[in-house]
Amino acid sequence: MGGPAVHLKGIGVSPGVVVGRVAKLSPPPVLPAGLAPDGDPETEVQRTRQALSRVRDELGERSAHAASVAVDVLAAQAAMAADPVLAASIFGKIRDGEAAPTAVKDALAAFREQLLSIGGYLAERAADLDDIGNRVISVLLGLPMPGLPIRDEPFVLLAQDLAPADTATLDASSVLAIVTEQGGPTSHTAIIAKSLGIPAVVACKGAFAVEDGARMLVDGMSGAVVTEPTEEEVSDRVGRLARRRAAVTEYSGPGRLADGSRIQLLVNVGTSADIERAGHADCEGVGLFRTEFLFLDRSSAPGVQEQRGTYRRLFESFSGRKVVVRTLDAGADKPLAFARMADEPNPALGMRGYRTARYLPDLLEDQLRAISRAAMGSGTDVWVMAPMVATPAEAAEFAKRAHELGLPLAGAMVEVPAAALRADHLLRTADFLSIGTNDLSQYTYAMDRETGAIPELLDPWQPALLELVRLTAAAGRRADKPVGVCGEAASDPQLAVVFAGMGVTSLSMAPVSLAEVRAELSLYTYAQCRRAAEMALSEQDGESARAVVGAYLDSLLAG
Amino acid sequence: MPEIHAIVGSTVGLHARPAALFAAAAAAAPVPISICKPGGEPVDARSILSVLTLDARCGDELILTAEGPGAEEALASVASVLETNHDQAEA
Repeated sequence: MGGPAVHLKGIGVSPGVVVGRVAKLSPPPVLPAGLAPDGDPETEVQRTRQALSRVRDELGERSAHAASVAVDVLAAQAAMAADPVLAASIFGKIRDGEAAPTAVKDALAAFREQLLSIGGYLAERAADLDDIGNRVISVLLGLPMPGLPIRDEPFVLLAQDLAPADTATLDASSVLAIVTEQGGPTSHTAIIAKSLGIPAVVACKGAFAVEDGARMLVDGMSGAVVTEPTEEEVSDRVGRLARRRAAVTEYSGPGRLADGSRIQLLVNVGTSADIERAGHADCEGVGLFRTEFLFLDRSSAPGVQEQRGTYRRLFESFSGRKVVVRTLDAGADKPLAFARMADEPNPALGMRGYRTARYLPDLLEDQLRAISRAAMGSGTDVWVMAPMVATPAEAAEFAKRAHELGLPLAGAMVEVPAAALRADHLLRTADFLSIGTNDLSQYTYAMDRETGAIPELLDPWQPALLELVRLTAAAGRRADKPVGVCGEAASDPQLAVVFAGMGVTSLSMAPVSLAEVRAELSLYTYAQCRRAAEMALSEQDGESARAVVGAYLDSLLAG
Repeated sequence: MPEIHAIVGSTVGLHARPAALFAAAAAAAPVPISICKPGGEPVDARSILSVLTLDARCGDELILTAEGPGAEEALASVASVLETNHDQAEA
């Protein structure tokens, strides 16, 4: 080994710096069309028998080392590779004149059909069978073994992309880091890596060309990938990580920039179970309380009393802090059983969000009344906001209703470009604004967030989305009213820095993201955050915005 | 032909690990063992895929048959694997 250093750049999706040997995830084999039997059937049978044993041994070996859930899957898979009925069926087909790889495929297909027809748990096992088939066929064709690599030492997993089947048995003890050539920040790989706490870089062009066994440095924060790194490069990267890690343990409490400027750190709450859990989080309150769980999956609307009880429980968990309650966000995509909703061809563009108040005014009235009663004497700073407001008139109407019912702070969610573009006008009556970046992306780029066929359009680093955040935050500063960001984007530590630089006053996220975001914010001054925001806005796409800001922030931490 | 009735003991049913353990026990027996649901087609007990396709749930009754020297003992030992709750044994 010891080839030249190659510097690659991808999107860091799960932070951490590691150095390790590369193990490549080979793609499944492709059966050549019209494959002819290769020699004498008995020799082929022997070869297939050996291939089955090898696959069984490898899977058995892995099950001995795998963690908990994966053990069962792997043990069952190893048993499948050793199945005498399966073997007899394959050998029969070879003796009937089929090529060995084709015989394996056909014999497995028969069992696959049976499992699928039973359905449920057994249908899910069909994927395990496919995996065995791919492995045996690869051995027969002399191709590298597909599926998760097996190594004695923990390794850097390198893949074109990871499918859910690949990650089912992935465990943090054997994989140091994940690097994929494809995929985006919301890809399956990113989600799995984050949940396992494994550093990961996706969309890393040219990475799959790196040889198996090469030494690779992976920085899951900046997205930097270096093959055959020098000791200096490693210690430099590790040093930056150490500064970030130190910040995570060093800081707690309210969000602050390095120069002491304040930015409120809040959490999102969306289920009954979240309520108590979130109350223990180190945060300044709730930035988004989604109330849908009170209304969905039930045959009649919850009464004022019932709602009051739930809100009260939340307010008590956050006594002395701030709680922003979002009123019901229903629509054809989140239908209510007790209210007739028109069947719409484009639910996302239809009667949803605050628009439902046009034909269900009592529902909103009851909800605001219940929130108001629960707030009384709770010692909690209760704010309310309406979902998906599009016009100043809607914001004004909502604020009026809320104020009349004794709720002093009523705001609007900015989720459609119309609201962001006219934020000044919304703020004439709204007491605050909260930007929902997920919907705002979908409506700005006209890309369905449910299908996400072109994921980069939904990248929260997309400059057009950032431009709308900037406009809204600037309007907030002019009006001297708070503008927050809730939604996935706020949980990206470096994007949080960009938002701070735009003048956003609060960030609301899943509790798990608080520590990293708080730490990253603490490392830079407001002037540096503003510079990061300017840099992001001057880029042409999300990928380069992320890369440029990542490199800038890294440079501030160097040395 | 000696046969024995047994009840599936694992809470997940005769799936995944319990099925793998059962097939392994059958493969270790000195005589071939067949398994079926009452009235169903018997399959080779050593074959995990065949065993899975029985789709036997916890509490289901299954019939094991075998022939040859040691058949009775083999059936008893394989049946005990079937009746053990392997999920509980884990915990």
